[in-house]
Amino acid sequence: MSLPRIVITGVGLTSPNGNSLAEYRGNLLAGVARISRTEIRYMGPLLAGVCTFDPLRYQKKKELRVGTRAGSIGIYCAREALADAGLTAEHLVKDRTGVFVGITEHGNVETENEIYAISKFGYDTKFWSHYHNPRTVANNPAGEISLSLGTTGPAYTIGAACAAGNMGLIHATQLLRLGEVDFAVCGGVSESIHTFGIYAGFKSQNALAHHEDPNRASRPFDKGRNGIVISEGGALYTLERLDDALRRGAKIYAEIAGYCVNSDASDYVLPNPTRQAECVRTALQRAAMSPADVHIVSTHATATPMGDIQECEAIRAVFGEGCPETWVNNTKSFIGHAMGAAGALELAGNLPSFSDLVVHPTINVDDLDPQCALPGLVLNQPRKVARVDTILNNSFGMLGINSTLIVRRYVG
Amino acid sequence: MTQDEVKKIVLDIIADIAPDEDLSQLKPDVRLRDQMQLDSMDFLDIVMELRKRHGIEVPEADYLKLATLDSCGEYLAPKFAALAAKG
Repeated sequence: MSLPRIVITGVGLTSPNGNSLAEYRGNLLAGVARISRTEIRYMGPLLAGVCTFDPLRYQKKKELRVGTRAGSIGIYCAREALADAGLTAEHLVKDRTGVFVGITEHGNVETENEIYAISKFGYDTKFWSHYHNPRTVANNPAGEISLSLGTTGPAYTIGAACAAGNMGLIHATQLLRLGEVDFAVCGGVSESIHTFGIYAGFKSQNALAHHEDPNRASRPFDKGRNGIVISEGGALYTLERLDDALRRGAKIYAEIAGYCVNSDASDYVLPNPTRQAECVRTALQRAAMSPADVHIVSTHATATPMGDIQECEAIRAVFGEGCPETWVNNTKSFIGHAMGAAGALELAGNLPSFSDLVVHPTINVDDLDPQCALPGLVLNQPRKVARVDTILNNSFGMLGINSTLIVRRYVG
Repeated sequence: MTQDEVKKIVLDIIADIAPDEDLSQLKPDVRLRDQMQLDSMDFLDIVMELRKRHGIEVPEADYLKLATLDSCGEYLAPKFAALAAKG
């Protein structure tokens, strides 16, 4: 059975080091990380990747008051993606447009805020906000986007821990192929820096990064890595069937070549390299590619001591030594771990490589951990390469969910 | 507290919950929802903010008494007075 070809035609994003693809990519090539120290309720100043986009560009003040940060990030990214695709909300066929947003978690921020608010009133629940439920339903970020765009097709989130960013694109691809929608806004968002719970959880797990210099704290593959820097952010894409994109003369960033989602079924938090390798291999098989066909492997590595080693073991098992044109990088060293947005942002940071043939590095590697010494690792400086026709993007999450997405240069 | 002072309190709350609205032309004798974007959730905001900021309770059966600024003044002034008397 021949499935419709699906292409990426627009990108909208906000990351700690950029509020557009051009700014973000510029900083990835220039080695500019942007992590700050921010006050976390009950815990004091901690490291975070904070986004600086102007939410009032696309929202009214009242919408900001009623909605959530994840909703705001989603609306900004969706509107930017549409603009990048040469469209506005008015162009969309409302009931044929889907919104699919990957999230690691949602509702923690808003619930913590309400508990804090009623603590000022002796924990009397009559002071609990009537907005609590619309703010905390799991579909909130996607729902806020549909309200903003006026789209009436399916709009929902996909909860997939830190594998979620890829999942938005994968799910959109599936529904476009099924003919359930004709146009999709998809990717991932995260507001996680606004919940103390995720900080406290990682801290208790001894998995929260610390460093005197915030911009040196997130250091995947370095021997001195000591955990995760939590970030907010979002990246949403417009996806279309190739025929539709060509018909309207759309700019095409890349074509979806293959994907896989699987589960470890082995541990709550510890990744499983065997299942990760299976995920990558299955995605390659579906893309009808061999490992050597991949030119960039965008790793998930979060800079936890064990997680990085596990992923490197998986990548080594698949790519080994026989892939001289395969380069490996990581984006979290610049922006921290943007949770549900991570996979989507990390793909976006690599997409321009199709046109500039430069692989952005992973930074902050002063002393490479021998267990992470993969062939083709691009360290600290960008690398000009001969070919970039294929990017493989890994995103893995707790409870053992793995997602691999492969995109290729569009060739007509 | 006079009815005018109470109306000012309500207006301050409305300014916070409807920050995009120009409230300078609000007519005190016309229903609020006929003059501005004010849905039922916004209305609950007024009730909540009266509770949070001033300790004033408005039972659901009395919501209609908050329809206009004038009616807010009439209905709420005695409640503020009772609260002040309690000290």
